[in-house]
Amino acid sequence: MLIRGVALLAACYITGQLIGETLGRLLQINANVGGVGFAMLLLILSQNWLEQHGRFHPEMEEGVLFWSKMYLPVIVAMSATQNAKLALSSGLVALLAGIVPVVVCLATMPLISKLNPKSE
Amino acid sequence: MDYITTVLVKNGLIVAFLVTGLLMIAAEYLSKILTNKKIPGSAIAIFSGLVLAYFAGVATGGSKGIADIKVLSGFEVMGGAMFRDFAIVSTAMGVSFGIIKKTGLAGVVSLLVGVILSFFAGAVIAIAMGYQDAASITTIGAGACTFVVGPVTGTAVGAGSDVIAISIAAGVVKSILVTIGTPLIARFIGLNTPQAAMIYGGLMGTTSGTAAGLAATDPKLVPYGAMTATFYTGLGCLLCPSALFLLVRMFY
Repeated sequence: MLIRGVALLAACYITGQLIGETLGRLLQINANVGGVGFAMLLLILSQNWLEQHGRFHPEMEEGVLFWSKMYLPVIVAMSATQNAKLALSSGLVALLAGIVPVVVCLATMPLISKLNPKSE
Repeated sequence: MDYITTVLVKNGLIVAFLVTGLLMIAAEYLSKILTNKKIPGSAIAIFSGLVLAYFAGVATGGSKGIADIKVLSGFEVMGGAMFRDFAIVSTAMGVSFGIIKKTGLAGVVSLLVGVILSFFAGAVIAIAMGYQDAASITTIGAGACTFVVGPVTGTAVGAGSDVIAISIAAGVVKSILVTIGTPLIARFIGLNTPQAAMIYGGLMGTTSGTAAGLAATDPKLVPYGAMTATFYTGLGCLLCPSALFLLVRMFY
């Protein structure tokens, strides 16, 4: 049962990646367009579908939950493999071009948040 | 002693599990005794990862952080795109589809604003620093989006390799800044709901930075931020070498 959960996750992941790559090709850009996002949507939808049809076993969930709990360690490993030296030693243009846009974009966050329908 | 190295290299991924685990235990401990848990252990662990990556880069001259140290080469797999994306997708389990649908419009707007504004902020800096040709200005603007958009755009518009290197560096700076900065500013920008996380992901874009920053802020927000951020690089690769490049070329 556990492996069925992992397999479900893997199926959603691969399908999402393929959709993202295909979309990138159709748009003629050399990039994956939203592969992870599509995979996440597939996982949410298939979980809903399986639950509605009574085929969702709690052990299947554990197969997925293991990976979502591994998420933080993976991120820690990822940050340990960043090219941090390049970022710190690459001169003023790169530093400014990395920092200023973040600040500018943050400033628009309250404005965009207003687009949200008020709920709760 | 050589055989020890061989065993460690051969079992690289497992060594990475062990070292990451030890790193996180140490971070948890530091969080408790130094900051009284005010700074979460996860934030300390991610930041120490960056610091270790910096020193490893200085020591080895490589570009892959501690994965350039032979016995720690397994980090390349554990911290690579495959594991990262697989783990991010798994966090979607239990996510509310209703919230995603409700925040859809704001998410799309945040993506467009995020890419276009980052691009122009980066382009203005390039111009201010003395770049005069459209290809270089566009490439540095694209680097201000993410470290993937920069080189993809630079190659497409025919920028020099030095400019492409700068655009990658700008993207890495951004990703690291977002990683460290997100937990610090979360309180001030109201980053505590799934809706806000979706908008934040769209504005910042860097999947690695957003995901790591949100993980250190509140792990429950990660799937929502990652959901929008994952479209950002694609959108940037779509807009920067085309519409935005043409726009820059009208003036330079």
